[in-house]
Amino acid sequence: MDMKTPEKKLGIKERYRYLTRDLAWEPSYRSHDEIYPYLAYEGIKIHDWDKWEDPFRLTMDAYWKYQGEKERKFYAIIDAHAQNNGHLNITDGRYLSALKIFLQAISPGEYAAHKGFSRAGREFAGAGTQVACQMQALDEIRHAQTQIHALSNYNKYYNGFHAFSDHRDRIWYTSVARSFFDDAMAAGPFEFMIAIGFSFEYVLTNLLFVPFMSGAAYNGDMATVTFGFSAQSDEARHMTLGLECIKFMLEQDPDNLPIVQKWIDKWFWRGFRVLGLVSTMMDYMLPKRVMSWREAWEIYGVENGGALFKDLAFYGIRPPKGWEDAGKAIDHMSHQFMLGFYQWRFGTAFHSWIPSDDDMNWLSQKYPTTFDKYYRPRWDYIRKAEAEGKPFKNFGLAKLCQCCQLPCVFTEPDDPSQLCHRQTTYKGEIYHFCSDGCQDVFENEPEKYVQAWLPMPQLFQDPVNGDLAAWMDWAFLTDGKDNGEYPGSGDQLNFDRWRGLATSNT
Amino acid sequence: MTVAARAPYDFKPRDLVENFHGKQIVYASWDRHLLFAAPFLICVPPDTTFRAFVEGPLAQLLAIDPDAAAIDWTTAEWQKGNDAFTPDFDQSLAANGIAHKELIRLRTPGLNSITAAA
Amino acid sequence: MSSVFIALQANEETRPIIEAIEADNPQARVSREPAMVKIDAPGRLVIRKQTIEENLGRDFDLQELHVNLITLSGHVDEDDDMLTLHWDR
Repeated sequence: MDMKTPEKKLGIKERYRYLTRDLAWEPSYRSHDEIYPYLAYEGIKIHDWDKWEDPFRLTMDAYWKYQGEKERKFYAIIDAHAQNNGHLNITDGRYLSALKIFLQAISPGEYAAHKGFSRAGREFAGAGTQVACQMQALDEIRHAQTQIHALSNYNKYYNGFHAFSDHRDRIWYTSVARSFFDDAMAAGPFEFMIAIGFSFEYVLTNLLFVPFMSGAAYNGDMATVTFGFSAQSDEARHMTLGLECIKFMLEQDPDNLPIVQKWIDKWFWRGFRVLGLVSTMMDYMLPKRVMSWREAWEIYGVENGGALFKDLAFYGIRPPKGWEDAGKAIDHMSHQFMLGFYQWRFGTAFHSWIPSDDDMNWLSQKYPTTFDKYYRPRWDYIRKAEAEGKPFKNFGLAKLCQCCQLPCVFTEPDDPSQLCHRQTTYKGEIYHFCSDGCQDVFENEPEKYVQAWLPMPQLFQDPVNGDLAAWMDWAFLTDGKDNGEYPGSGDQLNFDRWRGLATSNT
Repeated sequence: MTVAARAPYDFKPRDLVENFHGKQIVYASWDRHLLFAAPFLICVPPDTTFRAFVEGPLAQLLAIDPDAAAIDWTTAEWQKGNDAFTPDFDQSLAANGIAHKELIRLRTPGLNSITAAA
Repeated sequence: MSSVFIALQANEETRPIIEAIEADNPQARVSREPAMVKIDAPGRLVIRKQTIEENLGRDFDLQELHVNLITLSGHVDEDDDMLTLHWDR
């Protein structure tokens, strides 16, 4: 770190004011509406853009300086990782599945956020808002690049990392994240800020980057810890921006309240569905676990989210509509996802497995009211079938939710023994949903979601027309390498063999 | 409710029946049988009889559940979408009113080896 | 009163910063987790430039925090001498 700080002439508040106010100007030969055509149609009313305050007051010179520092730290670790057999220092090869899901589903989302903030930075009128959005656009592309770069070291040795951008577009479990970002990018600038600044940054990224990355450290994966924490250090600024944007809208005009509330309801639920992937990574895919998904939710969902909504109550905001249903789903979602991933393992670009006795005992400790009652009996049956030489494989394709695009794996909020079925008919077509939350989102804007490109029905249309082998080729999924069970996979064989070579001389 | 937009906003659904080359989608789910993580998507011609649909693709998919062999198709209870439904096994899906993307639910009370009651 | 928190990467640069935060916030709770340190405090947490500089033995720009910051919660109020996290208004 710099030892010599030059003598300062201005304080940070003044420097920030010069950057965000003095560099802006009032247009003279084009109207405000011509320059900012997207500000009005969402219904949000802004009277004074100068009321926008960025609490961090970062100026460009400081931004470059500290981001440069973060990059140097990041690349020092990436070099060390590559030079020290980092790909063998992880606790177990099963851990790689979590990284594959991250790369296929989450990293492309960072790139989408980059595009979205570049656009928002142009579409918003306030100079302070523009500067904050431009910085965030740069942050987001840095995250996409550092994640892809860090994980490319694993691609040299293991399967499933090779076609992440195609997997993002064409495989089924990634579509939950893809549709989240597509939905946000197809919205106006104010809704985009709630979607990404509030839902993704404030509600999601703490759960994604903090306990999961701490888990990566626990599993010996310093490359991932580094990109995770390096990205999350920017998220602190992004969350503050998201929160600031909500407060700004609510303070500008009382008419904004119902619109903002509707977006909070929508984007909380959409974000919560993306977290389903994260819950499974935490509970099942980290060989050594720092905390359960339930424990992480208590800290970052209940406590931190709760504090936020208590604060926003000042403006008349209530907790999101799906908050209670989310609470009921916490003890179920990771198990429901992992059972799905396992039985559809022919179609995943990562490996899954039957949890060991140790894993199941840990899960029943962490989920005392649900695991033994609902999920252990299923795993026991599946394990017995495997031992009898009849491995449990579900070759049926799944009904997907028209909104979140996940397979409808979720149960009724008050009856975990029954799948949740919801449907509606719009302009003569039937649409299905995984939950009341997703049905609400659809019914508020049906014209938007009828266009959803759902990976499973798509498999029976051109160009694949129901041919599974053709689908695998089209989705860049190499059968027998990228998919299937972890035990016996190329990843397992290689990991065990190379680790043996790394720790002995024969 | 409707989408906020700056211009007329009207786009075609991506899963219209004409995209399926003469076939349609039927979703099927067996209540309280959660070894199957989600309802099935089955793509068949609309002139398939209900019997051929049930004894063919549906029975094949359900076969890996320990209760599958004990299903009595004649006493099973059926639901189409949100409504109770009595299928005519010898009529086609179309004649049974099973439209594209309809969900068929099967209930077999008393037959339940694995899923705990709530 | 809801808690605010800040989480920093666990490394040589943050050790004196964390000690300074502990000294300035006797009510704070410090949790050491793999690769990170999370500091929770009821309602309010202050991070003072002066205390950090005394601990570090050199000048410290509060914005250097960004390099090792993982996450935080609460409203942020920052000037040259102090960064405050708080929920009250």
